Amino acid sequence: MANMQRAENFPLHRRDVAKRLAEAGGADLLIVTGLGSTNWDFTAAGDRDLTFPLWGAMGGAVPLALGLALAKPDRRVLVATGDGEMLMGLGSLATVAIQAPHNLAIAVFDNERYGETGMQPTATAYSADLAAAALACGIETAGTVRTEDELTEAIPDLVEKPGPIFYVIKVQAEPLDFILPPKDGVYLKNRFRRALLGTDGIL
Amino acid sequence: MAGNQTDWWKDIYKALKEHDVRQVAYVPDAGHTDLIDACHDDNEMTAIVHTTEEEGVALLSGAWLGGARGVLLMQSSGVGNCINMLSLIQTCRFPFATFVTMRGQWHEFNPWQTHMGQGTEPALANAGCIVETVEDPEDVGAQASATLHRAFVGGQATALLLHQRLVPIKSFGK
Repeated sequence: MANMQRAENFPLHRRDVAKRLAEAGGADLLIVTGLGSTNWDFTAAGDRDLTFPLWGAMGGAVPLALGLALAKPDRRVLVATGDGEMLMGLGSLATVAIQAPHNLAIAVFDNERYGETGMQPTATAYSADLAAAALACGIETAGTVRTEDELTEAIPDLVEKPGPIFYVIKVQAEPLDFILPPKDGVYLKNRFRRALLGTDGIL
Repeated sequence: MAGNQTDWWKDIYKALKEHDVRQVAYVPDAGHTDLIDACHDDNEMTAIVHTTEEEGVALLSGAWLGGARGVLLMQSSGVGNCINMLSLIQTCRFPFATFVTMRGQWHEFNPWQTHMGQGTEPALANAGCIVETVEDPEDVGAQASATLHRAFVGGQATALLLHQRLVPIKSFGK
């Protein structure tokens, strides 16, 4: 049976986690956000050219961030996505472990719900343990964050510790306003490339 | 141009080098074996084995965001795994190039390969890719080069289907 009560009592709030990660990472951090709530969380923290929000492509956030991390080994890449999105691309954790990019960190904001579709329970509300899956795939730095103290320890790992890094951050299942980033994919691509690669990036 | 009927993969490799391809995403197929090995051995390339082909579509999009060119190597059955992820390519107009070894076309032993093999071209076309097929080993190099040019110079999503007659007939000992 799904445990539908516990996530409503998780102490960490996703909007606060996103804000703190964005601030800790600074202006140079390359951020990829998975479809749904993590898009709104990081837009609430401040829309920026070097954040690439996915509005679809479910299951693609981690492999997209891997391609970016391999292309730009001198830049830190953080992918923030939800538990539902991560579950659809679970195999990509094995792919990341093989490549072992030192500059890639993955933060899964886990409210144990499919948030955009009616708050149905995901597999993490039953028995799935995403951090255990990451460890089993071979990502050596992986864990689950549940408390304020654990979050304070995990944030520096996510933005600067040699990767790959994987943290599940258990966040409260709570109703929040939609804070939407731009949704034109060509615009999102071009502003990211211009900010990262200069004018040549959009020629 | 490669000298015999089974060396056509060398012409794809040469085209990848000429077009500065740095990331080679793949789910293995027997027909891509030598090319995959060559990409792994190349210090200027990163070859990435995926658990499903759609990961490769997303990976190449991220590579392009970071300024790197990549391609996806897969067999025809993998095309079906990519369909929703190809919406990422279309929505953001990412360049995209894939080389697909075909099953279900020519002396196919395994009927389970035929449905997706026969559906590969319309599926890719419906997903917004320009699709070309090459059957003649002598033409693989030119077609590969044109595919990469179409993607990275022309900014298109494109697939080159490598006809099953290019690869040895698989019979499982029967």
